[in-house]
Amino acid sequence: MSETDRRAPRAAPQGEAAGTPGRRAGQCCAVRDLVKTYPAGRGAGAGAGPVRANDGITLDVRQGEVFGLLGPNGAGKSTLVRQLTGLLRPDSGSVEILGHDVVRHPERAARLLAYLGQESSALDELTVSLAAETTGRLRGLGRAQARSQAADVLTELGLEGIAGRPLAKLSGGQRRLACFAAVLVGERPLLVLDEPTTGMDPVARRAVWSAVDRRRAEHGVTVLLVTHNVIEAETVLDRVAVVDEGRVIACDTPGGLKALVDGDVRLDLVWRTEAPLEVPAVALLAERAERTGRRWTVRTSPEQARELVAAVTTGPAFAALDDFTLATPSLEDAYLKLGGRHGGLAK
Amino acid sequence: MTLLSAPPQTTAGPPPAAPAPLAPAARLLPALAAVYRAQLARAKVARIPLLFVATFQSLGILVMMRGVVDPGDNAAAHTVVAGSSVLVVAFVALNLLSQYFGRLRATGGLDHYATLPVPAASVVLGAAAAYASFTLPGTLVTAAVGAWMFALPAAHLWVLLLVVPLAGAALSGLGAVCGLLAPRQEIATLLGQLGMSAALLLGVLPVERLPQPVLWLRDLLPSTYGVEAFARTFSASPDWAAVAGDLAVCAGVGLVSLAAATLAYRRATTR
Repeated sequence: MSETDRRAPRAAPQGEAAGTPGRRAGQCCAVRDLVKTYPAGRGAGAGAGPVRANDGITLDVRQGEVFGLLGPNGAGKSTLVRQLTGLLRPDSGSVEILGHDVVRHPERAARLLAYLGQESSALDELTVSLAAETTGRLRGLGRAQARSQAADVLTELGLEGIAGRPLAKLSGGQRRLACFAAVLVGERPLLVLDEPTTGMDPVARRAVWSAVDRRRAEHGVTVLLVTHNVIEAETVLDRVAVVDEGRVIACDTPGGLKALVDGDVRLDLVWRTEAPLEVPAVALLAERAERTGRRWTVRTSPEQARELVAAVTTGPAFAALDDFTLATPSLEDAYLKLGGRHGGLAK
Repeated sequence: MTLLSAPPQTTAGPPPAAPAPLAPAARLLPALAAVYRAQLARAKVARIPLLFVATFQSLGILVMMRGVVDPGDNAAAHTVVAGSSVLVVAFVALNLLSQYFGRLRATGGLDHYATLPVPAASVVLGAAAAYASFTLPGTLVTAAVGAWMFALPAAHLWVLLLVVPLAGAALSGLGAVCGLLAPRQEIATLLGQLGMSAALLLGVLPVERLPQPVLWLRDLLPSTYGVEAFARTFSASPDWAAVAGDLAVCAGVGLVSLAAATLAYRRATTR
C-alpha cells in the first residue's frame, strides 16, 4: 500500500450528496468531505493556528451494521459525531442520514437518531427510571408509552434493582448503563453511541451489546459507535473507520484491517529484571524491539518469531524471562501500521 | 481493496431509496410537563438544602431589619417584609436557575436536550416553572414570619399565589438568559449572584431612604414590581388597581424574559 493510497480519501465524488436528495437503498449515513476547524485555543500558546478537528472526512454507513470510529483521544471522532447529530455545524461538506440532509436541517437529526454523549449532567439528579421515562417523553412518546418502554428497557439491561436511585449516586459504569437505557427509550433507526461502555464491568458491557444485537435483529437498527477500545472494536464492529488527526486513514472490516498486517506476528517478552544482553539473540532483539520497561514487543514473521522463541526459552535467557506471549496481529497492530500515532488506544 | 482510497461505488450502487420517515417530535405541552416533573424530582436530590438557605437568608434579613425598622402599619415595614419574601424567589429562580443552566451548558448537558426532538420553549419553561415552584413554600414562610414580626395583617398573603408565579417568571427567565448566554460557568454564577444581590438591596431597603439613581435602578429590576404589589396589600385599605398594575408589569416582563430565555437556549444549543 502506498502513501498516496492512504492519504487520498478526499477524492470522493460528490455528485450524489450535493445533488439529488435520494439515497441508495441500504445506506444509513453518507458523510462527504466534512471539514470542521476550531479556532486556536487560548491555552495553545502563541503561533498555534486553528485546529482542524475534521479534515475532509468521507464515509458511508450501511443500514443495520455496527460501524465503528476508532482512534486515539483527540483524533476528531467526537467532533465528527457531533456533526452527525446536528449539534455542530460543519465548515464544509455534507452529512446525510437516512436520506435527510442534517447540515441543512440539523433539527431532523433528533427525529432520526438517539445519541449517547459522554456527559450525563442533564440526567444526574434524576432517578434511573425517571431519567429513562423523561427522555422517552421528550423523544415524543406519550406518558404511558414512555413509562412502559422505560420499564422494559430497565428490565432488559438489568437495572431494575437501581431504578429508584439517582444517577449521581451510581458508579461510573452503572451511570453509563442508565444513560444507555435512556437512549433506548423511544426507538430510533440509528443509535450514535460515544464510548458507551466506558467504566462498565463485563456484565454491563454484555447487556449493552445484547441490547444492540436484539434491536439490530428485530428492527434493523444501525449503530455508529465511537471507541478507542481495540478489543471492543474487534468483537462488536462490522466495519470500522480508523480516524487519526481528523482524517479517515482506513475503513474496512476489523478482519480486513488486520489483513494489512497479515503474515506478521507479535512477540511480547517480559523480563524479570534486566534483559540478558550477553545472549546474542537477545542483544540482536534489543535493537529492533519496542521497549517499555521490562516489556519488549517485536513484530516479525512467524519463522523468525519461532527462532526467537526458541532462543529465549533456553539457557540464561529463559532464566531471565518472566513471561512471553506470541500473538496474531490485533487491530492495534493494523492501526499502528497505518501510521496512527502511538499509545492512544486502550487495549 | 481495504482502504477508503476508493470510496464506496457511487455509479453502480443499488437504486435510490426515499428518505426515511421522521419520528414525531415531542409536542410543547407534554414535553413541558415532562421537564417540569423531572425538575421537581431533581429538587429531592439536589436542591432541598439550597431552598432552606434561601428561606433562612430571608428570615435573617427580617431579624436584622427588625432592629432598624419599627413594626406596625408603615411603608418601611411593608417593604421589608415584601422584599424579604420576594428575595426567596430571586435567590432560587434567578440565582440558582442561572447556575443550573450555566453548569448544564459548560458540562455538555445541553447536548442531551439538543439531541431530543423537544421544543426549546418546553425545556426553558419547564425548568423556569419548576424553579419558580420551589420558591413558593419559602416565600410563604418568610411572609408569614415577617407579618408576625412586624405586626402586619396576614389577611392578604394569598396574593403571593400571584406574585410568586409572575415574579418567578420574570426572574427565572432572566436567570435562564444569564446561564445560557454566559460564556463560562463562573460568569453564569457571578451574574446570578449579582442579580440576587440587586434584588436584596433594592427590594428590602425602605424606598424613602434610597438616593434617586438607585431608585431608577430599582425601577429596572423586575422583582421590584412583585415587591411593590405585595407590599401594597399590607396597608389597611389596599389599592388593588395598583396591585394589579404591578402584577401586570411582572407578567409583561415575565413574557419578555422567558421569550428571551427560549432564544438564548436555541442559541446555546445550535453552534
